[in-house]
Amino acid sequence: MTTTTTTTTIDHPLSMDELAAVIARDIPAGSFVNLGIGQPTKIADHLPAGSGVVLHTENGMLNMGPKADGDAVDPDLTNAGKVPVTELPGAAYFHHADSFAMMRGGHLDVCVLGAYQVAFNGDLANWHTGKPDDIPAVGGAMDLAIGAKDVYVMMTLFTRSGEPKLVPRCTYPLTGLGCVSRVYTDHGVFDVTADGVRIRETYGVGADELAERLGIPLP
Amino acid sequence: MSRAEIMESADAAVAGIEDGSTVLVGGFGLAGMPFDLIEALIRQGAKDLTIVSNNAGNGDVGLAALLAAGRVRKVLCSFPRQADSWVFDDLYRAGKIELEVVPQGNLAERMRAAGAGIGAFYSPTAVGTPLAEGKEEREIDGRKYLLEYPIKGDYALIGAHVADTLGNLVYRKTARNFGPVMATAATTTIVQVGQVVEAGALDPEAVVTPSIYVDRIVRVTARHYTVQGAR
Repeated sequence: MTTTTTTTTIDHPLSMDELAAVIARDIPAGSFVNLGIGQPTKIADHLPAGSGVVLHTENGMLNMGPKADGDAVDPDLTNAGKVPVTELPGAAYFHHADSFAMMRGGHLDVCVLGAYQVAFNGDLANWHTGKPDDIPAVGGAMDLAIGAKDVYVMMTLFTRSGEPKLVPRCTYPLTGLGCVSRVYTDHGVFDVTADGVRIRETYGVGADELAERLGIPLP
Repeated sequence: MSRAEIMESADAAVAGIEDGSTVLVGGFGLAGMPFDLIEALIRQGAKDLTIVSNNAGNGDVGLAALLAAGRVRKVLCSFPRQADSWVFDDLYRAGKIELEVVPQGNLAERMRAAGAGIGAFYSPTAVGTPLAEGKEEREIDGRKYLLEYPIKGDYALIGAHVADTLGNLVYRKTARNFGPVMATAATTTIVQVGQVVEAGALDPEAVVTPSIYVDRIVRVTARHYTVQGAR
């Protein structure tokens, strides 16, 4: 094992808000970051003041600010989830082709996406359950998955019925191949390396127990 | 094309849109949605339309109203399923509308290609996924790509903030979204704006869509609508 395992003193599975704070801590200062839609957008609330992190939203903006409330709501200013947001000093607007060119062109440092499943080789499944009655909707997920330099996933580690979502091979329809570099979950953080998955941190569970439950190498 | 024409009304602006047309409709959710042009198109009556837009309608207004009126045969979009897409959801589940899901970046780039005279291009998006089915895959410099073809519109209906009398456009905040790309990708580009100013009143450095792409302009009264989260 060449990967260093970080030990922490957190003795309980993390809530999604706590997990958002962990991810915010790990995002390098000054990065250009896309937080997708849904849960990962919580990370913005935990970025330290002065981090210099610039948020990109794929509907055409850099330096997106926090959610807008009350009189600050402007129908012309939303994030990718259509939630009203604000602009920070130094904001810039651009059209959709430019927005995805900066993504696909490798200019974004980090994106954080939710997932149904991540495979040990970094394959991502997060756009479609594959059920016959489900209406497929991909949005920008496939472009983000192959575009950002680092793709982080934020998800619960197990389904409600206890099945792991970090798996040897995705059974849900894929979003991208080998694109995930790190997986943040309520029970632990994992690096996806050329040699497979490595446990980086655990929360409320022993690394040995977690490795055994997932079927990955011991830390 | 000749110079852009300032139209008297939204109804005049959408006159002549034929049955079976491919219509590019701007907007990301409700931001930038050309509501007045769509309502005029519903009154105008063109049917059997193919609509290209990021979403497949939100709530009961705009694109959703056009779908509800039964005028749309097929939708090409990236994200049809949302908390407020009940009009599309019902039509789709009843088998009354066709859907082609296109990743958002490919949707934008395919229209950009159409407007820029590009015959096709290779994109890394969707390699190895179900959306790669039927597409040519090629490895270039060690990376895999899919061949993507342009999406060209017969008409584009877009919203912008201010136009000058020649048809130069500026947009407002994230309501810009697909407008500048769609304006280039259609045979006839029809724009609704909140304000029309004399040529020379817009800062040439700030023009986003140059007038060469614009055919018809109509000034409409800005309206308020509820912004909803997608999920």
